[in-house]
Amino acid sequence: MSVAVSGSERIAEAFEAARADGRRAALMPYLMAGFPDLDRSRELARAYVEGGADLIELGVPFSDPLADGPVIHAAGVAALAGGVGVADALSVAREVADRVPVVAMCYANPILSRGLERFADMLAAVGASGLIVPDLPLEEAPATLAALDARGLALVPLVAPTTPDERLSQIGARARGFLYTVSVTGTTGERATNDGGLPAILARARAHTDVPVAVGFGIGTPQQAAAAAEAGADGVIIGSRLVRAAGETDAPVDAVRSLVAGFAAALAA
Amino acid sequence: MSTGIEHRFGPYGGQYVPETLMPALTELEEAWLEARVDPEFQARLSYLLHNYVGRPSPLYLAERISAEVGHPVYLKREDLNHTGAHKINNALGQTLLAKRMGKRRIIAETGAGQHGVATATACALLDLECIVYMGTEDIRRQLPNVQRMELLGATVVGVDAGARTLKEAVSAAIRDWVTNVGDTHYILGTAAGPAPYPALVRDLQRVIGDEARAQILEQAGRLPERVIACVGGGSNAIGIFTPFVADTEVKLIGVEPAGEGIETGRHGAPLTVGGPGGVLHGSFSAIMQDEDGQILEAHSISAGLDYPGSGPEHAWLRDQGRATYLAVTDRDALDAFARVARLEGIIPALESSHALSWLLANTDSELDLLCLSGRGDKDLVEALDKLGLTSKHGAGPV
Repeated sequence: MSVAVSGSERIAEAFEAARADGRRAALMPYLMAGFPDLDRSRELARAYVEGGADLIELGVPFSDPLADGPVIHAAGVAALAGGVGVADALSVAREVADRVPVVAMCYANPILSRGLERFADMLAAVGASGLIVPDLPLEEAPATLAALDARGLALVPLVAPTTPDERLSQIGARARGFLYTVSVTGTTGERATNDGGLPAILARARAHTDVPVAVGFGIGTPQQAAAAAEAGADGVIIGSRLVRAAGETDAPVDAVRSLVAGFAAALAA
Repeated sequence: MSTGIEHRFGPYGGQYVPETLMPALTELEEAWLEARVDPEFQARLSYLLHNYVGRPSPLYLAERISAEVGHPVYLKREDLNHTGAHKINNALGQTLLAKRMGKRRIIAETGAGQHGVATATACALLDLECIVYMGTEDIRRQLPNVQRMELLGATVVGVDAGARTLKEAVSAAIRDWVTNVGDTHYILGTAAGPAPYPALVRDLQRVIGDEARAQILEQAGRLPERVIACVGGGSNAIGIFTPFVADTEVKLIGVEPAGEGIETGRHGAPLTVGGPGGVLHGSFSAIMQDEDGQILEAHSISAGLDYPGSGPEHAWLRDQGRATYLAVTDRDALDAFARVARLEGIIPALESSHALSWLLANTDSELDLLCLSGRGDKDLVEALDKLGLTSKHGAGPV
C-alpha cells in the first residue's frame, strides 16, 4: 500500500481490478469485529481475503444498532459483552488493510462521542479506506464528510428504495468510494427471495452518481449474489449470512473461508 | 429550509436515522404542518379531547399537601384523562394524523404501558391496526396495562433484548418502521426521537400547560413560582413547561429518576448528570453512555422513566439555564406514592411520584404547579410489593 494513494482511490481501484479480472462484481463481505471474539475475528478477516474478498466491510459493535436485523444485532451484543471496544474493533482492519481496502461500518454515536477528527485519525491509523454510518443521513453528514475528505478517506452514503430521485441525486453527488444501495425496505438480514425490483433500484442509483454502486441487505446465497451482479451491481455486500456462520461453530474460520469462496465463485464470470 | 417545526434545539435534536426512514419523516413533517393549521383537523381533535378524553383536565388545589409544605400546591390532573395519563393527548393527535396520511397500521413503543394503552385506545376508536412493542421486564411489572391493550385489540410484542425495558422497545419499534414504512405510522410516545417528533409531541402535549396556565391564573390569581414535572423522555414536562417558558419568573423543574442513586450508576437521569450529549434513537441529546460511546442501560422502578435518553428540547432548556433538572430515588418515589395516596386520596403513577417526592422535600416556594401525569393503579402490585404493603386479604388477581 502506498501512502500516496488515498482511501477513496484504493476503493476505486478495487472495483476496477475486479472488472479488469473479468469478474461480474466486486465481493465485499461484512465482518463483525470482535465476534465471536477479537482473535477469531482477526482470523476471519484474513479468511475473507483468502476466500476472495475484494474489499471488506468491518462492523464496529454498537449497543443500539437500529439498521440491523437479529443476526448482526446479536453478534454486536456478544462482541460488547466480550469487552470489545471501538479501538479494538477498528484494529481488526490492520490484519488485512495492506491487501484489500477496509471500509468501517459504525453507528453515529461512537463516532461523535470521540469527536469526528479523532475518529477519522483512528481510521487512518489502522489503514481503513472509508466509513459507512448507517444512521447519518445526508442532512447530518457534512461535518463527517469534511473530516474524512481531509484525510482522503471515503464517506460512503446509503440510499434506500424509499429515497426519492431528487434526494438520490444529492446523495449520489456527495458519495465517496461507492454508493451503498440498500436492496430492500428493511433491516439487515437474509431473505428467501429478493423482490424483482433490483435492476430498477440499481439503474436508478447509477443514474445519480459517478462512483460504483454496491448493493447490500438481504443477499445471503451465491445465487442471490450472482443475481445482484446480473442486475447491474458493481459490488455485492454479504453480511448476516457470514456473521451467522461465524457464530455457528467454535472453529468457524474454515467454514467462513469456503463460504466467501463460494460467493467469489458466483461472481466470477 | 425552516418549516416552523424545529429540527434543532440549540445543538440538540437532528435526524440520526437510517436513510430508509428519511422520506417518512419528511412526509410526517409536511402532514403536521398542514394539519396543525387545518380548522377541520383541529376541530376534530378538540372535539375528541373534550368529549372523549375529558379535557380540560381539572386543576386541583391539593389542600393537605399544601398544608404539609406550607404553601399552595396545585395539581394538574392528567391522571383523570381517559386511559389515566397524559399520553392520550399525543396518541390521539398522532392517530388522527396517521389516518389523514392514509396509514392503516400503527406501531408504538411503551414502557409503563400508558402510551401503549393510549395508542391502542385511539386505534380502536379510529379502527386502525395497532402493534405495541414492550420490553418483557416491563410486561412483567405493568401487566394490567398489557391486559388492557390486548382487550382493546392491540397486539403486544414482547422485546427480549438488553434490559428488556423501554430503550429496547423503542429500538424494536424503529426496526419495524424501517421494514414497514410504506403503510405504517410510528407513534413515538415522548418528545424525543428524530425531527419532527420532539416538536410534534410537544405541540400535542402543550394543551396541558395551556390549560394549566389559564386555570392557575383564574384560581390563584397569579403565576406559580415553580412548575414541576417528572422527566423520562419528557413529554408531560415539555407539555406543561412550554406555555411558561416566556414567563421568566416561573421556575421550571424537571425530576428524573435517580433509581438506586446517581452515584451507583443505576439511574435514568442523563439531564441531571450532565456530560457530553450523544445520539440515541434518532436525536442528539443528553444520554447515558460510556466513554466508548455505547449507550448504557437505565434503571428506575418507574417503567415510564426507565430510559437512558431525553428529549432534545429539555437538554437545550437546561443548557440555557431556563429549566433545572434533578433526580429522585426509587425509594423516595415509593414513599411519595404511598404518602400522596393517604394525604389526598389520589394514587399517583410511580412516574409522577418522582415529581411529588421532590416537591414534598423542597418546600421553599410561594406557589407550585405540579403535573400529575398519570394514575398509579397500574403500579399497585409492584409498588405494594416494594413497600411491603401486601394486603392481609392476599395479593388478588392481576
